[in-house]
This record gives sequence, structure tokens and C-alpha cells, in this order.
Amino acid sequence: MELTLWTYEGPPHVGALRIADSMEGVHYVLHAPQGDTYADLLFTMIERQQRRPPVSYTTFQARDLGGDTAELVKRTIAEAVERFRPEALLVGESCTAELIQDQPGALAAGMDLGGIPMVNLELPAYSKKENWGAAETFYQLVRTLLKPQLPPPGTPKADPSRWRAEGRRPRVNLLGASRLGFRCRDDVREITGLLASHGVDVAVVAPLGARPADLMGIPTADANVCLYPEVAGPLCSWLERSFGMATVKTVPIGVGATVTFLQELHRTLGLELPAGLIPGDDGRCDSERHSQLPWYSRSVDSTYLTGKRVFIFGDASHAIAAARIASRELGFQVVGLGTYSRELAREVRAAAAELGLEALISDDYLAVEAAMAEAAPELVLGTQMERHSAKRLGVPCAVISAPLHVQDVPARYSPVMGFEGANVLFDSWVHPLMMGLEEHLIGMFRHDFEFVDGHRSHLGEGAPSAGSSGASGSSGVSLAEPPSTGAPATAGELCWSSEGEAELAKIPFFVRPKVRRNTEAFARERGIGAITDEVLYEAKAHYSR
Amino acid sequence: MTTTLPPPIKESGQREVFCGLTSIVWLHRRMPDAFFLVVGSRTCAHLIQSAAGVMIFAEPRFGTAILGERDLAGLADANDELDRLVAQLLARRPEIRTLFLVGSCPSEVIKLDLAKAAERLGAQHRGRVTVLNYSGSGIETTFTQGEDGALQALVPLMGAPETGTGASTGGGSGTGRAAEQLLIAGTLADAVEDRLVNLFARLGLDNVATLPPRRSTQLPRVGPGTKLLLAQPYLSGTARALIDRGAELIRAPYPLGVQGSRAWMAAAAAAFGIDPALVSAVLDPLVERGQRAMAPHRETLAGKRLFLMPDSQLEIPLARFLSQDCGMELVEVGTPYLDRQLMAAELEQLPPGTQLSEGQHVEKQLERVMAQRPDLVVCGLGLANPLEAQGIATKWSIELVFSPIHGIDQAADLAELFARPLRRRGALTFT
Repeated sequence: MELTLWTYEGPPHVGALRIADSMEGVHYVLHAPQGDTYADLLFTMIERQQRRPPVSYTTFQARDLGGDTAELVKRTIAEAVERFRPEALLVGESCTAELIQDQPGALAAGMDLGGIPMVNLELPAYSKKENWGAAETFYQLVRTLLKPQLPPPGTPKADPSRWRAEGRRPRVNLLGASRLGFRCRDDVREITGLLASHGVDVAVVAPLGARPADLMGIPTADANVCLYPEVAGPLCSWLERSFGMATVKTVPIGVGATVTFLQELHRTLGLELPAGLIPGDDGRCDSERHSQLPWYSRSVDSTYLTGKRVFIFGDASHAIAAARIASRELGFQVVGLGTYSRELAREVRAAAAELGLEALISDDYLAVEAAMAEAAPELVLGTQMERHSAKRLGVPCAVISAPLHVQDVPARYSPVMGFEGANVLFDSWVHPLMMGLEEHLIGMFRHDFEFVDGHRSHLGEGAPSAGSSGASGSSGVSLAEPPSTGAPATAGELCWSSEGEAELAKIPFFVRPKVRRNTEAFARERGIGAITDEVLYEAKAHYSR
Repeated sequence: MTTTLPPPIKESGQREVFCGLTSIVWLHRRMPDAFFLVVGSRTCAHLIQSAAGVMIFAEPRFGTAILGERDLAGLADANDELDRLVAQLLARRPEIRTLFLVGSCPSEVIKLDLAKAAERLGAQHRGRVTVLNYSGSGIETTFTQGEDGALQALVPLMGAPETGTGASTGGGSGTGRAAEQLLIAGTLADAVEDRLVNLFARLGLDNVATLPPRRSTQLPRVGPGTKLLLAQPYLSGTARALIDRGAELIRAPYPLGVQGSRAWMAAAAAAFGIDPALVSAVLDPLVERGQRAMAPHRETLAGKRLFLMPDSQLEIPLARFLSQDCGMELVEVGTPYLDRQLMAAELEQLPPGTQLSEGQHVEKQLERVMAQRPDLVVCGLGLANPLEAQGIATKWSIELVFSPIHGIDQAADLAELFARPLRRRGALTFT
């Protein structure tokens, strides 16, 4: 038994629902009690879907339990098949139905479904969670549909460069994009365009937008692109094992990862690397010019991003990608990295180790919030849960991963994958920090007569000392911020001499509060009561080290 | 009279409704010193968080004890685990005075006896926290019925009225006058409740208590002399329990809309023998003002056709309000279940021929919606966008349980909730 207040992931049958809702022509019969239909609103509200998810709930009640719930399952299956005429049927149960052991899959197998492929989903609700359920459903569905095509054991592996002999362009499948995944709709469009620009076609995109018949075409591709390992990982390994299909594993989020992805793709397909993907003498690939991120990051305005303390938490693939971008492409300092995806904990641990960190693997958002507070970040990259935690701590935050809120499904085109995705990430991570700079301006001018009483910062008055300060470095005054959460000085124990105040007044206004804080912390540590101009310079020298 | 209504359509099938756990979302706000611990699955936790929509509280005053495989294997272990978890929770949240163990579908199917657990835990933590239990499971309850369960759990803790106090010991009808009180049952927004209590005081009714109270430990008394006025229509069990304790149910419509709210207050006043002239003097100016405030919304709503899907159990009173006060035409009035006793005063005010439906087969009901093409559908969040995409305006029913909508003064706000989707559609053009 485990106490949960908010959860990152729903139960595994919600994962199955995500697969069903992502596709066309698939229907899911779910043996579940009244109330479980709440899951529909995830799709119709968060994703603003215009149709109900393709699911029929048996809606059993207490009075049914004495009677024949199995009969109810069969009736629901028959009705769903009759009404929706699906091309493939998923049959499964939610947590409560699992306990009454009607085995809806077995019941369905005993029914005449008119030849519709049926997948019996057994998703253990008391030990597994949503992403596992999505991955398992996707895998089971494809496996069921591809069973007739399974090559006999001992068949030699498919050659991923066979396209050449067949006199056609190479083609790959894009696997794992699903409803309620982060920016999947736009990522698919971005990656499809990116592949086209390198002469590679897309055979099947799945599950998003695919029909069961499309899935039958998966083996016609030369390789699989595992875009979202949380959903497509198990399927890609099975396709590798059973069909000998190669997998492109790099998740193309960020400029570096996109270049690596393209290099891996070319290598896998036996395509010659174009000049743009071959690193020059300076180690840079020309292809990186397809994104604004490298130049924006090098431009002088970004100097103030240097060493920003960033805390990252999300699903494994987005968290790992964010860590790479933050540390290498934006010059941030990653001070925390973690995931709720236990299935991919190993990968996250490795990424954290590379940054000299220990990964936080947890699905307890309070533990994540505590780690966040402890790390004293200046920016949080997380899920909707971390957005709330960061708001409480007064730290700016950008959402990088599911679980989503309606605002994470923007109307405009905003992928996070590929070169355009890197542009989107630059904007969405840096803009909250710009607000940090603005904070100083507002703080500075707060006492000017133009500022009326009602004018308040969006962060409120109580932004914490270690968090939201936005500017250092670009002023030429190099007082680096200490990583401590040092309590603000209380009046009385410290006083500023008039020379000290005068010296402080010469410091550019937008770093002045931070200099004041640091100097006071320095003085307090050393038991200095009066802060003179000399103390201020000593503090400056101390923090510059 | 109800005889003018055709028999309700009775359906069973897929129900697009929340389960009783959902009511925790407003109950925990009403009683800030109480904690609601669902004993259930990850689905339960996910449901409450999805229904609540936002996760703005660091540590909300509700949570889920998620059953794991080990708990399913042995109930003894499950009880030990629950004890451990509750001890942990109470150590962390020392301000909690009442702990509700809330049963769920899985806890009921495995027959985890939460009544016994509450007794045991109550003994363990005696003097610090009261431990109660009720069921919010989907196999037993829909949506607002969860509140009915929670209030029923409180009833046994309510004291009896102090007898023999007061001066009126003389014979005749005055006997026990001092113990007479008006008990309003059903969660209301605090501001609305203050206003209603204030209005009752103007009618000369000073002894007004409410259930649930704002502090879980300050329960009202109940017994002979208590006259029960329901503010919410979904409290069948609570009403029965209070009647068993000696309370007398006042027959009234529910306080939604100008006319319904006036009738609701007037029924209470009549039960206490208050002069109707005083009732008119106090309420009629409010009624007149309320109707004025409602007029622009009535203009939007009058003549429009309304379809209510079953969800919150407020459907029948809302239908009465929207037809009676706002002039809407009722296409179909769905309700999860029909309690004819508690709905009596509402049903008789529905226009003759109003089609009720009880229970739900969502596919068939949606077919009727599409066939009838109403101007406005009241439904749950799962159905709203798909209907809007079909060109049908909707009002989400969950908003009705979160908004202050009760009383004469709120009638215009309530009408506005329904007028807004129609006005909005009228306001949008893309050509």
C-alpha cells in the first residue's frame, strides 16, 4: 500500500486507451465499473479531441456482481462490434474488473466477432502504470496483426540497405507517437519533413493516426525509428528480434541529438553521409545551421544564461534530452535530473552520471519537490507537477514532458524534435528567465511614482532569494551567485556603513539586490557587523573565486 | 402533478458519470480540518486528480492509499499496511481532526472492511482524530452520492438536542419549542450559506445549523424538534438517517433559481409557523430584484431547447429552474437515479409531458441528442467537446457543483452559466 496524492501516470488501462485513441478503426472494450469513464475527459479536454475516445465501458455495478458480469462483458463486446464496426478490437479490464476475474479477453475469444482481429490485453493494474500499459498495448496489437507475416525462425535478418537493390528510396517507420504524449502531433510532422529532406520516406507512423491495416505494413520499412521509447521501446525490440528490423534509437530532441539521429539513420540505412552531417575542423556540422539555437545560444544576449542552475524531471526520454541540451547547448548547469519512468531508469542514471549527478528515480512528487528545493535551481524543466512545485518555490519553469495540461497542446506548430523543435525549446526555456530579468527591473522601479500600488509582479512579492534572480554576468560585475539558500539578513544584526551603501549604489541596479544579499551572507558568516565598502569588495573577491 | 409526466425512459448500459469519489473535491474544501483517504487503486487517484483538473495544492487534504499486489494477497497485511499509512499521514498532518476512510471499487470487491478499520484506527488515535468511513465506489455510488455517504457517516456523531431547556414547558403546541432548530443539509458555498442563514434570521429563524459544518468537529445536534431542509437533492441516505434520529423533513423544492429558492425558504418558514406576510415582506423584494437581474439571461434562454444528460443529480431541479424561471423548453431530463420522495416538489413543477430518463446507455442517449438537436446540452466533461464539435452548445455539469448557485440572489449567476455558451456561440464569427 502506498500513499499517493497526485500521480504522474494513470493506471495501465489508460495507456491502452491512449493507443486506441491515437488510432483510427480500433475499438477498446473495457470491463470497468461506473466512474472509470472519467478517462474520456483526458482526451476530450486536455487534447481537445472532437470525438469521444473509441472505448466502450461495461459499467458494472454492485448489483451486477451477484449476477452474471461475464454476460455483461459479452453483451458490451457484441454491441461495440455492431455499432462501431472496428477493424481491430482491444479487450481488457480496469483494476476492479481484474479482481472479479471474468477474463474478458477469453470471453471475446469465444465469440464470433466476424473475423476482426482481437487483442486480449492483460495489464496488471496493481503493479504497472500508464506508459507500461501503452507500450504493452502497442506491442500486443502489432504482434497480433503481424502474426501471419512472421518470418520462420532462421530467416536471415532483413538488410536495412535493401532499398538500394530494390531501386527505391529508403523508408522507415516512426513509432511511439501517441495521444497525451508531449507534442507528438508536431514532432511527427517535423521528423517526417527532416527525413524527406534527406531522401528518406516514412512508411508507417504509429500509433498516432494509423489504422490497423497500416500496421500490417510495418515490415515493409527498412528500419524503425523509436521516437518515443516509453511507448515504442518494447515493440521495436520485438521487431528487431522477430523481423530482424534495425532500430534508430537516438531521440532527436536538441540540435546535437538531431545531428546524431541523422548520422545514426544514415549509418543504419547504408546511406552516404551528406557533407552537412560530417563534423568540420571545429567539430561543428553544417547541418546545425538549420536551427537558430546554436547562434542564439552563442549570441551575446545569451551570456547571462551561463551557468544557470537547472533542475530537470520528466519522462525518461524528455529528461535525458533536456539534460543534454541544457548542459551542452545552452551552457546551463544541470543541478538535478530525474524521471518517474522506472522502466528507463538505467538510461537516466547514466545521463545523470555523465553530469556528475545522481539521478532521482521517483514517482512521489513530494520527493521531487524536496529535491528541487534542495538543488536551489534558477529554472525548472519538468512536467505539469513540477510546474506547480516550481510556482510554489517561486522558480520559473518550462514544461518538457507529460503529464500534460491543456496548455501543453498549443494551437500553433510547436514540435520539440528536430531543428525547429530546438528553436521551440530555446524560446520556451529562455523566456521564463527573461521574466527573471524583468523582475529586477520591476523591483528596481517599484518605488518610483509611476508604479501604482496595484502593480504586482507575476511571481508575487515573496520570490525566494536563491531562485528567481535573472541577471548576473552580463553586467560586467562578476559576482557569481552562491548555491546556498542563505536566509535573508534580518535588520539589526547587520548594518551598512554610508561608504558601503554608496559603493553598493554604484553597482548596476539589476544585480544590486543579489550583491546586497551575497555581501550580507559573507559578512554574517564572518561575524562582521558593519558592512563598509571594503567588506563589499572582499565579498566580491570571495564569490569570484 | 407528477401524473402529467410520461413514464421515464429507463436505461442501462455505459454510464458517462463520475463515481462518488469525485465529491471529495468539494467536501475537503468545506471541512478544512478533515482528510479524505481513499483506499483504492491508481485509477482512483488518477480520477480525482483528473476531475479536480488542477493540482494547485502541495499537499491536498485528500489522497489515495493505493492497493498493491501484496495487499490483494492477504487482507491481514492490507490492514497492517493501512494502519502504518494512516499513522504516517497523521504524523505529517497534525492539524487533521477527522479522517474519512473512503471505500472504492477495489476495496469493496476484495471486501476490505473499512468500518472495522475505522473503528480500529479510531481507537489507536483516540483523542486526536475521529476516524470515519463511507463508500465512494463506482459500483455503489455516482458522483454527488459520495457526499451523501460522507454526511451519513457524520450523523451518528451528531449529539441529541438538549432537552428540557428553555422556558416553554407549558402544555399544547409550545412543548419543546426551545429545542426546535432548522437543519440545512448539503454543502453550500460558504458565502451562500452565510447569506441564507442571514435571510432566515430576518424571517425570525435564529436557530439554524448546517451539515456538513465548516469544522468537522463542530457537528450540529439532531433529534425531535429538528426540521430538516435539504439544500442538495442527492442526500437520500443522509435524509433517512436524520429522520431516523427524529428530524422532520420539510417538503420543498431545491434552492435553485428565484422561484425555487423562494419556495424553499417559504417551506421552512411555514414549518416553523412563521407568518406568510413576514415571508412576503422579506423575500418578495429579493424575488423582484432577482428577476430583474435574471432578465437579460432569460432573454437568451427563453424558447431554447435543453437536454440534460444524467450526471450530478441536480438535473431535475435545474430543469425546473430553466423552464420555470428562464422559459427553456425541456427535451429530455436525465438523472442517474430517481428518488421520487426527495424530488416530489420538483417533479410537480415540471411542465406536463416532460420526458425524464433514469440511468444511462450513453450511445442511445447521444443518438437521441443528435436526433433532437437541442440548443444546449448539460453533460459531463468527457462529452462536452465532442458535442460542441457537432455544433451543439454544452454546459459542463461539474461547474454546477463548484459554483455558488443556490438562493434567490444567485439565480442570475446560475442563469448566466447556461446563457454563456449560447452567447459565446453568437459572439464568434470567422468570416
